[in-house]
Amino acid sequence: MKSCPTCHRTFEDTLTYCLVDGAVLSAPFDQAKSGPDSSATAVLPKGEPEPTLKAFSPEPPPISTIPAAINQAAGPPGEPPKSSPPPPPEPGQQSDTRIMSFFRELLFPLLAVLAAFIACGVVVFLIGDSPFQTYKLLIGSAFSWPDGIGYTLFNATPLIFTGLAVAVAFRCGLLNIGAEGQLYVAAFVTGWVGIKLGGVFIKTPAGDIVSSPIANLPAIVLIPVCCVAAIVAGAIWGGIPGLLKAKFGSHEVINTIMLNFVGVALVGYFTQYHFKVPGDAIMQTAEIGRQANIPTLGRFIPGLPERIPLNFAFILAILACVLVYIFLWKTKWGYEIRATGANPSAAEYGGISIRKQIILAMSISGGLAGMVAINEVLGYRHRYYDGFSANYGFVGIAVALLGRNHPAGVFLAAILFAVLLRGGIFVDAYTVHVSKDIVDMLQGIVILFVAAGGSMVVKRFRAVKKA
Amino acid sequence: MRQLLTWSLFFSTVRLATPLVLAALGGLYSERAGVINIALEGLLLAGAFTAASVTFYAGSPWVGLIAAMAAGALVAYIIALACIRFKADQVVTGTGINILFLGLPAVLSGALFLSSGATPQIPKEHLLPELSRLLPFMPAWRIFTDVSVISLLALVVVLATRYVLYRTPFGLRLRSVGENPEAADAAGVKVNFLRYVGVILSGALAGIGGAYLSIGQSSLFTRNMSAGRGFIALAALIFGKWRPVQTMLACLLFGFADAVTIQLQGVPISIVGLIQVGIGIVFLFVVWLILHQLSLTKGSRLLEFLAAIVVSFVVWRVFLLATRVYFESLTIPPVEIPVQFIQMIPYLVTIIVLAGFIGQSRAPKALGIPYQKEK
Repeated sequence: MKSCPTCHRTFEDTLTYCLVDGAVLSAPFDQAKSGPDSSATAVLPKGEPEPTLKAFSPEPPPISTIPAAINQAAGPPGEPPKSSPPPPPEPGQQSDTRIMSFFRELLFPLLAVLAAFIACGVVVFLIGDSPFQTYKLLIGSAFSWPDGIGYTLFNATPLIFTGLAVAVAFRCGLLNIGAEGQLYVAAFVTGWVGIKLGGVFIKTPAGDIVSSPIANLPAIVLIPVCCVAAIVAGAIWGGIPGLLKAKFGSHEVINTIMLNFVGVALVGYFTQYHFKVPGDAIMQTAEIGRQANIPTLGRFIPGLPERIPLNFAFILAILACVLVYIFLWKTKWGYEIRATGANPSAAEYGGISIRKQIILAMSISGGLAGMVAINEVLGYRHRYYDGFSANYGFVGIAVALLGRNHPAGVFLAAILFAVLLRGGIFVDAYTVHVSKDIVDMLQGIVILFVAAGGSMVVKRFRAVKKA
Repeated sequence: MRQLLTWSLFFSTVRLATPLVLAALGGLYSERAGVINIALEGLLLAGAFTAASVTFYAGSPWVGLIAAMAAGALVAYIIALACIRFKADQVVTGTGINILFLGLPAVLSGALFLSSGATPQIPKEHLLPELSRLLPFMPAWRIFTDVSVISLLALVVVLATRYVLYRTPFGLRLRSVGENPEAADAAGVKVNFLRYVGVILSGALAGIGGAYLSIGQSSLFTRNMSAGRGFIALAALIFGKWRPVQTMLACLLFGFADAVTIQLQGVPISIVGLIQVGIGIVFLFVVWLILHQLSLTKGSRLLEFLAAIVVSFVVWRVFLLATRVYFESLTIPPVEIPVQFIQMIPYLVTIIVLAGFIGQSRAPKALGIPYQKEK
């Protein structure tokens, strides 16, 4: 194994010059110096047969996984990007029609959900409640007009955003556990922009002004500015772990978790010390400027009362699903992200910069997570409120997995989980023993079944492994 | 600043670090065998809930402790089944377990105790005892015997893990399975069996950690009482480079930050003192760097570090004496440091360390890759 002294990529012994920058390769593969790149190239998606000589090599450790990676990559050198049809390509099953494959895609998550409901039903039965009554409350409560449907769609909005966020990262082979932190930071920044550019004075009860606005923009300017602020803040907070992974190879799972804590603490500091109305016992900022409020859909849809907080962010969420689909499957950038997720070494061999894709995917993921702020801050609470998120970031992981990391699937899964969230309130109120925590339980079991059963499918999207 | 650095801070650190140490060591067994264990959070919660409810019924913390171990091992077995047998994605499975155990204990405690997500209070004599209750004849050593039995157990487990991992055939095989399962298989090691053992051990240890949370530190189980400790343990494990003693030190760092946060709440701090301590830390780093470059200790990192502490402490005291007049002339009023900034420190340190500024942390090579026996 040889490594390039300038770019640290590794190549087969037969090569003399680096394929990327043409530098002369140094003979021994220097493991310590080959930073994140080698770790990216050294891993390959499992399932492909590996060269058998590996097991018998006398000194196994440093070289073990690399020949396989090269072998992999060397297969189709510079193969032009196959522009694949919308549903993720299923190699070996091209004979199926698209409709069939669509149903197969749908069938598996449905089975997982069904199995989870049965498993959970057993627990409910053992606890001493009727599973049927519980499920009737859990699911049936969501379909009454207007309250049930209105609140369900309102609950689904943040889940669509976080689900999309996790799905985009997943398509690049990254797990973004940090959507929670990203949406907190984004929500605060949105609130900050709404206060500072919305002409809001923060006054103490005594009449002293503690924070004064920079500008007082009209709605037509302020709302887009706030939305952009939400997306940019989320993208930056999401981009940091991407950057760290790309530059230093540190694992994105740990970094996103750490940044969750940092983000919540940072935002808590600014809220507590700078943007709270003094004397307010609740950890929340002052209200954002009136003109930054986005209207509820109740104003436009007859029969939907205005008290239901379903707002334009829901339309934006549907739009985001469409845009993510177009981005991932119809653009060059999206193709490169998916290629990186499917097989990083092959992608790199084909001339895609893995580092760039990782940073890009994490930023987009963070930006999507940040859009939750549009629903919560601009559309609902009209202020940043500490602890507003009902684990949206983590439920987003479940949504993405159940939705098979496809925007349409994410949309459906988010609706399902929103139904459960809505039903949980009624389960709490009307059953003897079972509490709304059953919703968490169901989500957990669904993920387990999806993971255990669908590992073969998920595997393909988790090719970039532990650095 | 001076009044902060006391024995009580030290023992507070130990108390707060104990569940982290146990969970992180659990993670160590699993990850050394090649299975990512992101489910430590869920395992802690499983242990905590089981310990609290069993102790409530049985009236003995020891029964509760064993039940918590068993529960942790059982949940870990489910993880192992999914990850090893069905080759499920390990991170996804762990996430599922974490979410499941956010809900399951709350549902069960709601059913068992007709409460919303918490178990009933357990009387103090049924909690896991401090050493002072086992050693009543040593009142003079009160400050040292105030430590929980579990903290001591955690220390024992660290040392035992160190021995097992590096000095026994089992440890060698476990590590080989995590590093290069193909080679281990060729040498006749049962790869998947060892992975099962590693994951189940991790569950049992995290279960003890959970028991400490519910029947050691507090006296009941509350919903989501682990509050992210499982993730911090995971970070400590990576911070400690998957080695037992280093992992324990990383856990102590996180525990220390927690303890300081609690102590600093609402206490004004003198800026001058803070600057002085900061200078001390810079001294420590510089001295350590110099010693490291000179490599006087022939590779013993621990000796190097201890020497650095001693030398830099002396230099720091001399520096303080020399600059005393100057610092006393500064009249900066003490300020209250926002708690949030202190809370952030361990997480920021983890991020910085992981980025490799202090030393690359190398994972077991086969971590996260299911093993497929070749046909």
